Parts: sequence; structure tokens; C-alpha cells
Amino acid sequence: MKPTDIANPDYFHKVVDCQWACPAHTPVPEYIRLIAHGRYSDAYMINWKSNVFPGILGRTCDRPCEPACRRSRVEDENLVKGKKEPVAICRLKRVAADYKDDDDIDAKMPKAPEKNGKRIACIGGGPASLTVARDLAVLGYEIVIYDQDPKLGGFIRTQIPHFRLPESVIDEEVGYITGIGNIEFRHQRVDSMKAILAEGYDAVFVGSGAPRGRDLDVPGRKEAAANIHIGLDWLSSVSFGHIDKVGSRVIVLGGGNTAMDCCRTARRLGGDDVKVIVRSGFEEMKASPWEKEDAMGEDIPILNMLVPKEVTHKNGKITGVLFEKVKAEYDAKGRRSLVPSGEPDEHHECDDVLVAIGQENSFPWIEKDAGIEFDKWGLPKLNEKTFGSTHPKVFFGGDAAFGPKNIIWAAAHGHDGAISIHKMLIGENPEERPAPGVNVASQKMGIHEWSYDNAPTIDHRLKVPHRPKKEALKDIMAEVELGFDPQLAFKEAQRCLNCDVQTVFTGQLCIECDACVDICPMDCISFTDNGEEKDLRTRLMAPAMNPTQDLYIGNDLKTGRIMAKDEDVCLHCGLCAERCPTGAWDMRKYYMEMTQAEHACRKQ
Amino acid sequence: MTYIAKPRLHHPSLVKNKAGYTRRDYEGAVSTLCAGCGHDSISAAIIQASYELDVLPHQIAKLSGIGCSSKAPTYFLGASHGFNTVHGRMPSVMTGANLANKNLVYMGVSGDGDSASIGLGQFAHIMRRGVNMTYIVMNNGVYGLTKGQFSATADKGSISKKGVANSDEPIDLVSLAILMGATFVGRSFSGDKHQLVPLIKAAMAHKGAAFLDVISPCVAFNNHPGSTKSYDYVREHNEALNRIDFIESREEITTSYDPGTLTTVRQHDGSILRLRKLGEEYDASDKVAAMKRVQEGMAAGEVVTGLLYVDPSPKDLHHHLNTVDVALNMLGDADLCPGPSALDRINAGLRLSDTSSPCWAASLAASSGPPSCPWPWASCSPNSAAPSRARSPWAARPWAASAVPRWALPSAYGWSCGRAARAPAWCSPGSP
Repeated sequence: MKPTDIANPDYFHKVVDCQWACPAHTPVPEYIRLIAHGRYSDAYMINWKSNVFPGILGRTCDRPCEPACRRSRVEDENLVKGKKEPVAICRLKRVAADYKDDDDIDAKMPKAPEKNGKRIACIGGGPASLTVARDLAVLGYEIVIYDQDPKLGGFIRTQIPHFRLPESVIDEEVGYITGIGNIEFRHQRVDSMKAILAEGYDAVFVGSGAPRGRDLDVPGRKEAAANIHIGLDWLSSVSFGHIDKVGSRVIVLGGGNTAMDCCRTARRLGGDDVKVIVRSGFEEMKASPWEKEDAMGEDIPILNMLVPKEVTHKNGKITGVLFEKVKAEYDAKGRRSLVPSGEPDEHHECDDVLVAIGQENSFPWIEKDAGIEFDKWGLPKLNEKTFGSTHPKVFFGGDAAFGPKNIIWAAAHGHDGAISIHKMLIGENPEERPAPGVNVASQKMGIHEWSYDNAPTIDHRLKVPHRPKKEALKDIMAEVELGFDPQLAFKEAQRCLNCDVQTVFTGQLCIECDACVDICPMDCISFTDNGEEKDLRTRLMAPAMNPTQDLYIGNDLKTGRIMAKDEDVCLHCGLCAERCPTGAWDMRKYYMEMTQAEHACRKQ
Repeated sequence: MTYIAKPRLHHPSLVKNKAGYTRRDYEGAVSTLCAGCGHDSISAAIIQASYELDVLPHQIAKLSGIGCSSKAPTYFLGASHGFNTVHGRMPSVMTGANLANKNLVYMGVSGDGDSASIGLGQFAHIMRRGVNMTYIVMNNGVYGLTKGQFSATADKGSISKKGVANSDEPIDLVSLAILMGATFVGRSFSGDKHQLVPLIKAAMAHKGAAFLDVISPCVAFNNHPGSTKSYDYVREHNEALNRIDFIESREEITTSYDPGTLTTVRQHDGSILRLRKLGEEYDASDKVAAMKRVQEGMAAGEVVTGLLYVDPSPKDLHHHLNTVDVALNMLGDADLCPGPSALDRINAGLRLSDTSSPCWAASLAASSGPPSCPWPWASCSPNSAAPSRARSPWAARPWAASAVPRWALPSAYGWSCGRAARAPAWCSPGSP
């Protein structure tokens, strides 16, 4: 194998699994360390810069970082009772938001400079548009955000129940953005793209989401319409106070996170017999495991392998839903299909049905001749790098761009969209994306002292305290999760392995004394003859069986061998560097942050 | 040294050996030696060898003297017996321990100061007595704890860190060990675990006095140009004669090999050492040739490594002393104080039945057969018979892949954990 090029910022970025997995590439270990230090405001600002909505995401994020977390690969089953778990990254983020010093944060927030004379329209007031607004407002652009709802926030405000995300948190974080200045909010439904373009904006960013909930198409749907609600619209109505009660027996159809929000909301609006019924198997449900867990914790059973067949009704009033029982069958290619199991149909009685079986993009307001092309799935044709549409001035982001995803993806799209718009407006090529900012610094403080807490703990993952169920179900505004307190947060933060503090090897300094090989608790390091990667992976100190994780190859050794380090299970404990007599190993922090519009452009 | 303990987390693929332990279970406390010390590598090799031999940690006794090397036993085999003796006196204590309980696996860990300077006399005598042990000298050529003065094994002409040449002749512990009667003698290098680990395994399995001289560079005081015990010097001058490829039991010689590249040493207990030839033709079982080759190497400035000498039929101290099969610490009161009838028999044996013979010893020599034998156990273990291997910790040949060694099973070691409640029948006074 060739020696590893550690000058390529991607190499060590990939080692920081959480950051690499995060769509916005938030520097996770850095803010977790700051939380452990009690520097909540600093931790908040790192998040705010990267993902714009730390308080919101700390409660609601889909957490792609957590399944990627190295911790879940290195824990000892015997010490954690068989359950290897990642660091509670998402809930630690909330700690930063909960305990930050608000005055300090206000002082750190940027302010808009003088207007530069260019105007940008953002369609939709959700996370993607808000991110674009933030990134461009600080550059002097004048931003106009259009939304049909009376307050900014989009799905964050309308779809996520307040018992999961208090409105005050949304107000605060939307406020940080509008507080920058140069941002105007128009409470106005946009019905014509042409009309917007005619207003002479220099660029238009479409962050209008995927607002249409898929409907149920079975016999009886029309007759019982009064008691059948589309989940998305229903949640929105609950959010704005238009709906405040539901029947006592409720069936929620669908297995995504919207279904989980619907059923838990129904529990709080008078539903005491609430069930979730899904077509697929329990394991294949789209809802996040923790959301399913929370729903079941509120006495909501999840019934699976049931396909709705008919809505039963009497005198124009719903009586229940009839389901066909199915089983999963797999064809030769491993594709699953649901076929009738042959068992008798099941009837479930109910007073209300909430339909949460998916959401779709919908652009009825974009005229066919507006210059924006769509593909056969009804999604805009976009440049995947720039998010630019076929209209040179129009960019897309968030759910509107590639279909329904989540808040963190919307924020990531927003940053990228802002870069594209800015580059376009200053006459640069938006296709040339800025490299991330990387700051490398040795963490050595003394002979055996590092600037980070390098001793890994063996604690298992801590649970976030919840409000007692009785209390929580009584009040739809009462937040269920209470969040970590500083003591719990410290303990959980200590579980982080500091994967951003990298083991950096300098072959010229190595005397091949084997000290690092002997001390490495994970048997990551080997000195051996070079070979092809496939062969090399099998003959290291311990086999490197995770091909998604790189081997770090160092050369320039006197014996002509190579140093091969399996990044997969490295604890970043720094013992290799501590035992190294010559400093051939060093622990260096790679602080990587994505470059945003503010610093992305104007090549020298 | 490090300020944090080695984390308990381990590689997910870490496996247990036949004794039920992972390699990590053979580790000790985190080392306080200097970073890069060769001794830590030797510790790691001992850990690896013990793990691969499936030896039960509590069946090992590690003894050491004073010095950096003698600190090292703290850093490996944390669950084994340990004894840190007076400077240079480890061989005496080990001899005594071995006499009292021959069922343990003995490992002496010492340094060039401890063994070649203050303990040279002890070193010579433990070798000539043939104590069944593995004696490892972590040899760095300097007194590291007192900041790098030349030790007795430093080569003449070797330059100190301050730039002064050594004017004294070195003591070559390998030559001395062979000369003194050690039956397994090897030399290796802390920076070459591929050679070192099998050597330690073979030494631990050897049933006699096994000595390993392991060159172990002192990074703090003896790893500079001009030193003959630095990483660079040893790598450049290493003349490896052979490498132990594997050890196998008599029952399962299945591996085919090219006879031109391997030398076979068939040992008395039936096990076979396969030595991979590296270069020249070398017969490790020829004692005189071994001494010659080692001396030639020294004259040529080579560091001759590998298994230098092995006696395939070693005899150990207990054999020389003709002790009973059972470990002496296991003998109960009934064995040690057999009572008046046994005394009567002894006395009768000493009484002159023939007045023409004035010497009681002659009477003893003349008496024959168990009934008149004065010592109840002497009759049970005649000198000529091979020791009963059924109760030896090595009987099951732990390197044999097919069988779990008897002494690795809890039921097999119960008897060694304390005195037997009742002495075995074959060991009690025989005659009515």
C-alpha cells in the first residue's frame, strides 16, 4: 500500500466518524469536550455555526452521527452488559443549548453589515431557508423569506409536537437568525414562481419542503372523511391550536417519525386507546428506534404486517379500519414484497384515523414555463454540487431538493446553497467548492500530559431523564425529556473518545522499538512488510476486518518495513505517543470545519 | 512511563486461549519504565508466550532481583506469583522455591547488573544445579537506574553516552550459561518478537535450566552511535542462526517441511523443536560447537542470536537430588513424621548386623529391597525411573493443539493449591 496522505483533509476527517457522518460536518468531539469543561456557550457557538439550530437539533435530530460513533464498536460487551452504545451526541448538544449563557451568546452573534444591494428571496421559512438567510445576511445581502404560516420555522414549528420541542426554543433560535438584520419575513403564501422572479431578486432559494402528506386510498375513505386526518396537516393544526381534542380510540397508520408524533400527540388530546398500525415489519419501520421506544413507553402498541383494506363506517361515522394480514417474502435478489398471509382480516375499531404514510414534494406554484425543469418523480433537476436548478437564479435545498430528509440535511443544504448563491453573485464558479478549514495542533503539554482527557472511561451510555409519564401525558405543552443536567452531561461527555485528536506518525523519527505496539490496548498498530491492502488487513496484530475504515500506512522506516495502523477501533488514548521515546507518534487535534459562504469565496 | 492505566477496552476479535484467558489477562500494571525501553517489549513477549502456552497465570512464579529489568515483572503476569529479591540473589530464592514446589513454572527475570555483576556467583550456580526454570536477562549493557554507567556485559570499546570508551572485557552470559551446564541457551533481541516469543515458549517448555540473553536497548542511556547495544547496532549486527518455527508433540508430526530448511531437535519428553535455518549450517545440540560459534561471533563483532544450545535430554535439580514425585510442599505430616514404626525400621537399617563391617553406610548399601529401605519415599521413586509425568504441569504438552493440557483444567490443579488433605497412598510408609 502507498503511504497515507494525511495532508488530504478527508483522511483524518473520516476518522472522526461522527463528524464525517453528519451532513453539516459539525465538529462533534470539540463541542463535547467543551461541554465537559462546562464551556456551554462555546460549545453552543460551534454548533450554531455549523448546524444553526443546536437547541432544536439537540432534541429532534435524526442523529446520523450516533450509529457511526466509534464508541459503539469498541465497548466491551462484558462491561456494558452486551449492549455497545454510541455517545449520546444529540442530547449533549441540547446541554450546550440549555446551559449556555444567553448574554454571552447575544454578544457573540454576528450583525449584518451594510447592505450590498443584492436581494435574495427564500421560499419557505424552514431550516434550509433560514440557514441560507443566516449565511448570506452576514455578507450584506438583503433576504426576504416567504412562508404561509404566521411564524418562521417551517416543519420545525408545525410538525414537531411541543412536548418534544418547546416553542420557546424555536423562537429563540429563529430569533438569532432574524436578529442578524437584513432579513425580512413575509407572511405570504407564494403561488407563482414567475411573480417572485418578476420582483427582480438576484437569486431565489426554494426551501419549501415536502409539504403534502400522502393520502389513504381505500373504500370508505370518503364516507368517513370527517374522522380521517392527514397526519402532517393534523399536527400543524394542533401546533397552531386549531385542534385540541381527538377521539378516545385512535389508529395511526404509518411507521415513520410523523406517525410517532401523531400517536403521542393523540395520547395527549384525549386518546386513551391509541395504536400505530404499519404495513411493514417492526424492524423495517422508518421511525428512529428511540422514537418508537418513546411511543411504546406511552402505552402505544405498534402492530405490524397489517395493510389497511377498508374504512368501516355507519351513518357517516367511522367505526373502524379493516386490515389484511400480510407476510414478507423475498425474491432471488433479496427484494421484499408483502403478500397476503391467508389469515382472516383483522378489524380494529376506532373513532379517528391519522394517516402518516409518507409525504411528497409538491410544486404547484412553479409554472411549467418558469424555466425550472423537473424529473419524472416531480423533483427539480438539480446540480448535486451547487443545488442550482435549470434556472440560473434559482436554487433548491432541504426537502424541496431531493425529497423528504430531515433538519440536519436541510441545514447542510442551506450552507451549500448559500455558497452557490454567493459565488454566483460575485462572478465565481459555484461548481468550485471551498475546501474545509483545517487547523492542526499537537496536544502535547508536557512529557506525559495532553491537553485533552485521554483516559477512556468504561461507563455505559446514560439515559436522559424523562418527566413522569402521568404528568407528561396530561399536558401537551410539557416537554417529556428533561435533558441531562451538568453532572450527567459531564459523565456522558467523558464517554467520547476524542477521535478528532489524531495519531500522527513520522517514520523518520521511529526507531522501531515496538513500544507503541506493546502498549496499544486495541492492537491497532503493526510494523510489518508492505503488501496489498487485502493481504495486509489479515496479517496485522489484530485483523482489520472493517473495510469502511482506513489503514494508516507510514513509511520511511530504517528496516524498510511499514507502520500500519487500523483506524477502526483506535481509542485515541494517546498511549502510543506516550510510550514513544522519539516523538514519532504525536497526538494532534484536527479541527475541521466546513467553509461557509462568509469565507468561501474571493480567491486571492 | 504513562500517567493513565492501559484502558480495559480491547480489540473486538480478542480470543481466549484454552485456559480461558485472553492475552490481556496476562498483562500486569502499566509500565513505569522509560518510553521505548526494550524491557517493555520483552514483557510483551512474555505475555504473548504465556498466553500462547495456555498456562494458568497462578501456576507461574516470576522472580527478580534489583534493577530496571527486575522492576519489569510488575508489568506482566499480574495474576502470577512474584518475588522481588535482594540484588543479585534471585537465583537462590528461585532454587529454594523450586525445591519446595516444583509444580510451578518458574521464570527468573534479571538484568546484566543483577546477574553479571552483583549476582554473578548466584547466576553460575543456578545454572550448574539445573533448576527447572526460564532465566531471562534483559541485557542493555548499562546501569540504567543509576544513569548509565557501563555494566559488566558492555562490550570493550563500546562508547558511553558521555563519549567514554569501555576499557573492560565483557562478561558473555550466554557462554557462561553453556559452560555452567544450562541445558537451553538462547539469545534474542527485544526488537524482534518473531524470534523472541517462540524462544520464550520453548524455554518455558524446557524441563531444565533454560537461559535467554535478550539484548534490550536502553533508550535513555545506551541507544546512541558507538553503543553496541543500541537498536541500530543490534539490527545491523544481528546474526540470527535459526528461528524456532514451531514446537510439536510426538503424537502429531503432521507438518511437512523441506528438510533443507529446518533442523529437528527431538527432546527427551518426545516433543520436537523445529528450527528454521537462517543462513549457515548450525547444530544447536552440539555444545562445543555452540561455544565456538558464540565466541567466533563475539570476535567478529556479531550479535549471534537464536537457539544457541539445547540439550534434548535435560536433567533438573530434582532429578539430581532424587526427590519424590510429589512437590515437597505437598507432603503432609504423615509423610514427614512417619511415626515410631518407620523410625524403628530406619534404626534397624542402621544397626550393624555384621560386626565385621564398621560402617553403617555399608550396611545401608548392602541392604536391598523396599522392606529395609530407610526412607519411605526413596523406594517409591527409584533413581533410574523416569519421573512420573502424569502429574507434571508439562505432561500434556501444552503446545499440542489437540488436547487441553491437564494442568490447564481446574480439576487438575486442585492439588497444587494447598496441602493435600490426605497424602496419596503411594507416598505413605509402605510396610505394615
